[in-house]
Amino acid sequence: MAATGTTVGAGAPALSLVPEQVWRRALAAGVATFLLTVVIVGFETVSGTGQLALRAHPGAVAFAVIAATLGAAAMGYLQLGNTAVPTVLALLAAGLLGLPLLTGGRDSPFVWLLPFDAMALNWGALAVPAIVLLRVMVIRLGLTGERSVANVAGGVVQRALPWLAGVLAVIALVLPFLPFVDRRIVDIFTLVITYVMLGWGLNIVVGLAGLLDLGYVAFYAVGAYSYALLSVTYGLSFWECLPIAGALAAMTGIILGFPVLRLRGDYLAIVTLGFGEMIRIILINWYWFTGGPNGINDVGRPSFFGLPFDRNPPEGTDSFHTFFGLEFSSYHRVVFLYYLILVFALITNWFTLRMRRLPLGRAWEALREDETACRAIGINPTNTKLTAFAIGAMFAGFAGSFFAARQGFVSPESFVFIESAVILAIVVLGGLGSQTGVVLAALVLIGLPEFFRELKDYRMLAFGLGMVMIMVWRPGGLLARREPTLRLGKGSAAEP
Amino acid sequence: MLYFTQQLINGLTLGAVYGLIAIGYSMVYGIIGMINFAHGDIFMIGAFHALIVFLILGYLGITWVPLALLIVLLVAVVLTAAYGWSVERVAYRPLRGAPRLAPLISAIGMSIFLQNFVQLTQGARGKPLHSVIPGGITLAEQGGFSVKLSWMQLIIWATTIVLVLGFTWLIRSTALGRAQRACQQDMKMASLVGIDVDRTISTTFVIGASLAAVAGLMVTLYYGVIDFYIGFVAGIKAFTAAVLGGIGSLPGAMLGGMLIGLIEAFWSGYFSIEYKDVAAFGILVLVLIFRPTGLLGRPEVEKV
Repeated sequence: MAATGTTVGAGAPALSLVPEQVWRRALAAGVATFLLTVVIVGFETVSGTGQLALRAHPGAVAFAVIAATLGAAAMGYLQLGNTAVPTVLALLAAGLLGLPLLTGGRDSPFVWLLPFDAMALNWGALAVPAIVLLRVMVIRLGLTGERSVANVAGGVVQRALPWLAGVLAVIALVLPFLPFVDRRIVDIFTLVITYVMLGWGLNIVVGLAGLLDLGYVAFYAVGAYSYALLSVTYGLSFWECLPIAGALAAMTGIILGFPVLRLRGDYLAIVTLGFGEMIRIILINWYWFTGGPNGINDVGRPSFFGLPFDRNPPEGTDSFHTFFGLEFSSYHRVVFLYYLILVFALITNWFTLRMRRLPLGRAWEALREDETACRAIGINPTNTKLTAFAIGAMFAGFAGSFFAARQGFVSPESFVFIESAVILAIVVLGGLGSQTGVVLAALVLIGLPEFFRELKDYRMLAFGLGMVMIMVWRPGGLLARREPTLRLGKGSAAEP
Repeated sequence: MLYFTQQLINGLTLGAVYGLIAIGYSMVYGIIGMINFAHGDIFMIGAFHALIVFLILGYLGITWVPLALLIVLLVAVVLTAAYGWSVERVAYRPLRGAPRLAPLISAIGMSIFLQNFVQLTQGARGKPLHSVIPGGITLAEQGGFSVKLSWMQLIIWATTIVLVLGFTWLIRSTALGRAQRACQQDMKMASLVGIDVDRTISTTFVIGASLAAVAGLMVTLYYGVIDFYIGFVAGIKAFTAAVLGGIGSLPGAMLGGMLIGLIEAFWSGYFSIEYKDVAAFGILVLVLIFRPTGLLGRPEVEKV
């Protein structure tokens, strides 16, 4: 990288104050942003009577272009090692945005400074100066290259991993009894742990066996519908259905996996995606069996070893609160469901960790690294892959049963492709093969957006952007780790 | 027989659209070996650009159809190409050389982002457009059932044929095409002999996005209603088409698109419209089992 900017040729004397590298970059960013926003953001189509009408938003486009240009200029200066200009720019921008936001938002006398109608977007706009200032700090403190924040933080987390896993487990165990925890928080964490369990299940397929599965939600759906149908049609209880649902999901895994598992990489991905969509379409259209788009209602709730969570149990039977002599509270069921999924998830985790030490688990990892070599030493790739596929599917089936039991109803809407993508994102963002990474990624991807439900319009937008940014920032995942469990030499590396 | 002909016409039209989108998938996959998951959404953005520019032209009073079409085509292609370029620059270029799954996740994130971006800026409801090119010709008529070929369908066929021939020539005989094929074979060697790999990849994305924009324009005109979600389904089917035809091969992508379009049209014509997607995927699975590299793809040589 050039130490300082070179002068610009004749024709642009006004720009010679700014190094070429900087203004080129800023110009490119500005022009690109203008092209990206001029139509899509600049003109909103409004559905009226008959024809569509247009509503112009020139302010939003202008703001986007200015922000992108200045942001790119700041980044250009930073690359040249100049931190003064970006700091001034960022503080100025933050001031201009912050003034109206802090003096009352919509009612502020400076409201004309705000670029967007929606306050959430105005707060979001503050991210541009914030990122620049962060970068300034990183450079000032010399935290680049080997000492970069990501590497240092990654190293610290990596070393603290055994502790971290323990601490997370303890927090998870006592969570419902912490003083500041209410029903909503327990609900959110129940959801997070469901995704942790799905992530751990998919980790067997993707992280260990290296099979890219984009249709994992299909098995989740099979589990959920198995339980829902058995419960509604035959009145079977949750605990009777659970093994059946798991077995059916695993069977589906084998049936779907058998013909396609010799495909490689991305071909497998697209075929599994196709299967996921097929199962969803069948669920929608097989009306008499699955209830079609309306789904199945009144799915039975799980009981505590035969004790239901009803306020008024039928004559002569006990319910949870009468048996234990407690005051009835609907919170009991919430907490019970929380612990139920926690136990399920921990069993999944424990199973995976044990599997890694069995010959089968080692065969999975070997297969992931080199299929040809595996054939050469006599591992049957099809059977090995099938077991991974089936076991992963089985855990999805368990999670699906839990989902159906918790919701009380199932419908095809819950099993769209985006769910598969989210589960896969949790596995990959966490760092392939890392069990603790899955927990962190689920907390970030599922937990954070749940706490920001008020911003629901922008939630998925930020979700997608977050996925891109995390990948660009740490391509190996939050806790990158893809070492074989078994090694030559001093014993085998233990995974916490 | 008449019914058959009508389904054939519909299927070929649908197939042309899928084929144009599939080319974008196929070229990108051929050159950097990743599924550009956001490509379907680029197509959707192209459709929205076409729709909005049509409305703007209506306000400006430019209603002479050929001129309006030309302006819409140019603007939609340029602006959508900017999306293709930016997506590559922001989400994929930093990940070159990263683990194989990283760009895929980044692409899925980009797809979610683009969908929600359009939903936020344009609203979630379907956007109707009045018919711009109405009418057509009746090819045959018998017992109250007539086989119709609309002008719009003819235009779609003609555009597709011109574009596919043009791009086949581009890949075969220009410096850009040679650079692209060189990058496909070996990126490091290509850069050693003086090919700007980054620029070649960017151009590939720009070309793919331009073709998707044309497809978006055609869908807007043909169906007359679009929403922010059309990119997902069309994207999956187009990728299926690319795999079916043999990924990395441009004629293969077109062939795959045509097959998917025909399967869909005939299946919904003769069996059930609900299960047309299942049929398309079913065929894909069968083809991949018996011919894993697609219809026109070259077999992969396994090396140790």
